[in-house]
Amino acid sequence: MRDNSGVIAEGLHKSFGPVKAVRGVDLNISPGEVVALLGPNGAGKTTTIDMILGLGQPDAGRVTLWGMPPAEAVHAGIVGGMLQTGTLIGQLSVRELVTMVGSLYPEPLPVEEALSLSGASEFADRPTNKLSGGQTQRVRFAVALVANSDLLVLDEPTVALDVEGRRDFWVAMREFATAGRTVLFATHYLEEADQFADRIILMARGLIVADGPTTEIKAKVGLRAVRATLPGADHGALATLSGVQTVEIHGDSIVLRCTNSDLALRALLPRFPEARDIEVHGAGLEEAFLELTEERPELDSVDDRAEGPQ
Amino acid sequence: MIPTTYVRLEILRTVRNRRFFIFSLVFPLVLYLAVVGANRHTHVEGIPFSLYYLTGMVAFGTMIAQLSSGGRIAAERTAGWTRQMRITPLHTRAYFATKVLTGYMMAAISIVLLYAAGVSMGVHLSAPKWLMMTGLILVGLIPFAVLGILVGHLVTPDSLGPALGGGNTLLSLVGGAFGPLSTGRVYTDVVKCVPSYWLVQAGKSALTGNAWPIEAWIVVAVWTVILIRLAAFVYGRDTARV
Ligand SMILES: Nc1ncnc2c1ncn2[C@@H]1O[C@H](COP(=O)(O)OP(=O)(O)O)[C@@H](O)[C@H]1O
Ligand SMILES: [Mg+2]
Repeated sequence: MRDNSGVIAEGLHKSFGPVKAVRGVDLNISPGEVVALLGPNGAGKTTTIDMILGLGQPDAGRVTLWGMPPAEAVHAGIVGGMLQTGTLIGQLSVRELVTMVGSLYPEPLPVEEALSLSGASEFADRPTNKLSGGQTQRVRFAVALVANSDLLVLDEPTVALDVEGRRDFWVAMREFATAGRTVLFATHYLEEADQFADRIILMARGLIVADGPTTEIKAKVGLRAVRATLPGADHGALATLSGVQTVEIHGDSIVLRCTNSDLALRALLPRFPEARDIEVHGAGLEEAFLELTEERPELDSVDDRAEGPQ
Repeated sequence: MIPTTYVRLEILRTVRNRRFFIFSLVFPLVLYLAVVGANRHTHVEGIPFSLYYLTGMVAFGTMIAQLSSGGRIAAERTAGWTRQMRITPLHTRAYFATKVLTGYMMAAISIVLLYAAGVSMGVHLSAPKWLMMTGLILVGLIPFAVLGILVGHLVTPDSLGPALGGGNTLLSLVGGAFGPLSTGRVYTDVVKCVPSYWLVQAGKSALTGNAWPIEAWIVVAVWTVILIRLAAFVYGRDTARV
């Protein structure tokens, strides 16, 4: 029966042949939270979302939505969503299509409200097969909104949108979320996660590598690494350089993880002019994830199994 | 619970499908009028040609009506819409039932138009015989409704036209919708195992006043069960993303 436990996933695993897409994911999303599932392409975000929605069966683990198995929650109208892939069906106008989907839910949003919130009002009378990519995306959003569901799941919702479309989209999403609804969205843009989520769940290589309030996660993945060759480096001295957060010394090489790599470089060179082979690694998500996972040896052992012979 | 708005809009979508109208309604109608117009007073297998060909064309048109819902399922699958529907409260059963319902509705339109053409070509049947023929056709269409769902999970939009058009024509041809192919013993026996044969035979039954022989019911039932099994299998397999 329905309770107020939100989304709970325990020990999710899913493989596609030899590819271990999801390798042990635990999630706990309370009602009312706006959560970003952030990770590079191939991290396993869509696979995870599919299992949450009941579109994919996990190989192991289980999901409950408000205390119910996904299929039951879906039939109860608790779930609305916008999947990563997919277009619209034809022989209907935009308004008719949104009406059709809304009619399947117990307490849908008024169709006109879903249309205006998603920015689809201007072309609501147009046939669904005569829309631009951005317009199609807005209609897909309207289809998700009209459900007026407790849980709204959006998988890379802004991919086909231009800058203006993105802004409108997030304004609408925020408006929807203020009514106490739970939103889970997948993205590979750190900025989107940063601006619109209260909480970020970081995924890489089929695992959750970090989960916490947006500010905390951003501080972690926003780091840059300065690498250099510096024989006889003094750990204490390096740690006091401005902009540096942590210091690692591996023989003659050093790695400085920096909250501000510009400041750190300016401080490093005058004090240690002998430093050479200097590299700064950008805050690309992929690198940030790799560094985060490198800090956790237990992930590597899982990885070995994933890549070893079956 | 019947999702009435959903069903209404699905019917609207079907009616707006122009290709369906041409193949399922216009084509059999024109063919009927042209062929029967030239051979109005002949008999085939002891049946007036105008009635014989009428049942042939009804079988042809109604089969397309049912199979074309398979075409719509295939299109919805490749558009990713099926997955979108699977995260709404709409039950899978209701989704397929709606497709079958719209298939039957289109078949009914086809039947009414062709009957009218038949009457204009001099087909005379008593009301009970019209009803019996119609009833048998509707029952005979059950395996084709399931076949539509099955085909909808197997074909891609690229192969859709050839698969449906070719399959339908072949089934009609073998079933004798365009006239008897051969009177050889073996051929006749084999053909009796094909459900489209009995669809065509609905007219003959109407004329003699006897409903299908028992073998007809068995063939229709067996095909329905086999096709439901196959459709359930391919549906279960079909969770992949597009
Ligand atoms: N149906 C599938 N068949 C084979 N591999 C798949 C399938 N779906 C996903 N994958 C693989 O699983 C991994 C995770 O994919 P996905 O969940 O789509 O990641 P994301 O959404 O984070 O980009 C990728 O390596 C992807 O290639
Ligand atoms: Mg994805």
